[in-house]
Amino acid sequence: MTDQMQQLYQQVILDHSRARTGNAALLREAAAGAHGYSHQVNPTCGDEIELETELETGGGLSVRWTGDGCSISMASASVLAELAAESTAERMLEIEAKFHELMHSRGTMEADEEILGDAAAFTGVSKFPARIKCALLAWMAFKDALSQAQSSLEEK
Amino acid sequence: MFARLRNDFPILDTRIGESPLSYLDSGATSQKPQCVIDTFTEYYSQRNAAVHRGAHSLAVMATEAFEAGRDAVANLVGGAPEQVCWTKNATEALNIVALGIDRASRGLGGDEAARFALGPGDSIVVTEMEHHANLVPWQQLARSTGARLRWLPVTDSGELDLTDLGGIVDATTKVFAFTHVSNVLGTINPVETLVARAREVGALVVLDACQSVPHMPVDFPALDVDFAAFSAHKALGPTGLGVLWGRTELLDSLPPVLTGGSMITTVTMDEAEFMPAPQRFEAGTQPVAEVAAFATALGYLAEVGLDKVLDHERELVRVLLDGIAEIPGIRVLGSAENRIGAVAFDVAGVHAHDVGQYLDSQGVAVRVGHHCAQPLHRRFGVTASTRASTYLYNDVEDCRRFLTALAEVRPFFGVTDAEAAS
Repeated sequence: MTDQMQQLYQQVILDHSRARTGNAALLREAAAGAHGYSHQVNPTCGDEIELETELETGGGLSVRWTGDGCSISMASASVLAELAAESTAERMLEIEAKFHELMHSRGTMEADEEILGDAAAFTGVSKFPARIKCALLAWMAFKDALSQAQSSLEEK
Repeated sequence: MFARLRNDFPILDTRIGESPLSYLDSGATSQKPQCVIDTFTEYYSQRNAAVHRGAHSLAVMATEAFEAGRDAVANLVGGAPEQVCWTKNATEALNIVALGIDRASRGLGGDEAARFALGPGDSIVVTEMEHHANLVPWQQLARSTGARLRWLPVTDSGELDLTDLGGIVDATTKVFAFTHVSNVLGTINPVETLVARAREVGALVVLDACQSVPHMPVDFPALDVDFAAFSAHKALGPTGLGVLWGRTELLDSLPPVLTGGSMITTVTMDEAEFMPAPQRFEAGTQPVAEVAAFATALGYLAEVGLDKVLDHERELVRVLLDGIAEIPGIRVLGSAENRIGAVAFDVAGVHAHDVGQYLDSQGVAVRVGHHCAQPLHRRFGVTASTRASTYLYNDVEDCRRFLTALAEVRPFFGVTDAEAAS
């Protein structure tokens, strides 16, 4: 086994790809609070995710998603949902920015575990250009859904 | 003989990390023998010039090389050199036919082109196993003309379901477009049966020959197809070059979609007359070095013999299929007996991308994803698969390395049989 493979498929990633946090039926119209929905597809491989985020009045948020894809994309969505459950929207955007930067670092960046939590396990993915989009798929959906949720909150 | 051929392909000496390379992705693109690579150097250092114009010696040599490429294709697939039109790839070749029919349906191309015209009440028939390149252009044509798009379904064994061939291809059918060989399943389709039905109803036959021409003897006139398309890069040739082959009288009356220089006879400020095929489909500067290199590739294939290539790949695919059957949790898509050396499969509990990543770490190059055939994958209940595909330079050792690595995939990802079954 090559070191790169072990760096890519960290145990945290393999665990999240099987026991997935937030992988639940979407609420759609039944969602009570301000919410947003996004559907993202990676056309080169067919990986797909539908993600919903709901903003609670206290500043908290929740994420639900369903998807079909490789272990990297599914684990990334699971880690995202887990982080969202314990963060505010503002904090999540900070994590998103850091994660985005890490993924485009081509393996040259040290992951900031303080901010990234389990998402730091994806550091090895940045050395595999073909897999970066897998790791970012859920985060793209999240950013899109969150901005919709925020707009809908402002309208209320 | 095949053991020696391997040495003609310098890229096969590449090492992937610590592993030797086992290239099992020739269905996507083939590797090139040294003689093909050398042709580029030789062309650009000795013969480069604009073709079909200029009276100088280099222009004559370049034109000769360009036209010799046409002869090489005609020798391989039958017909006259004028029936061979250069395109940038097979996708473009198929689009030239679909878009040409679209133009004819709008009244362009005069009386000669009226035979191609489609409208509401007509139908176009494809199959459920088409590569998107032989599906999407026909969807577009149907949308544009109001014709209906219908398709032959695929059976569980990965073959065309011909049960209702007579009902699907009927008197309304004006175009019947299908692949010779499935790029995913490797199934060789019964072209004769399909063409016979098309002839009964007077439909034009368009054959996607991308996966057949490189791997088996193919004779378009004998198959009695009207148009056929394939690419150079899957047949030891360069990228950027495809072939549209057609019956002369059809090519000469199909309205061209790319117009401009090199394809006209006379031009006034108001209008232009077009040349006959093949020039009418070759507007603008052509990929001359690529044509020269492809001619070398076809010479190489002819020397080996495509009948022998098919036998060799059938031996390899038997090794692959027998080996895969021994590995728990692998479902091969399709089980056609009549096939080329391509095997697509699903690994229970592991996504195709992860399978491909693991195989790559062991030096085994395969294709993962939907292979530009989403409807076919949907038919088999998956969004993606892993495909191993062989060519003349592969050997049993490549297959063995692939099988060893494949057996390690599910253990690496910690997938147990109970988990995969749930």
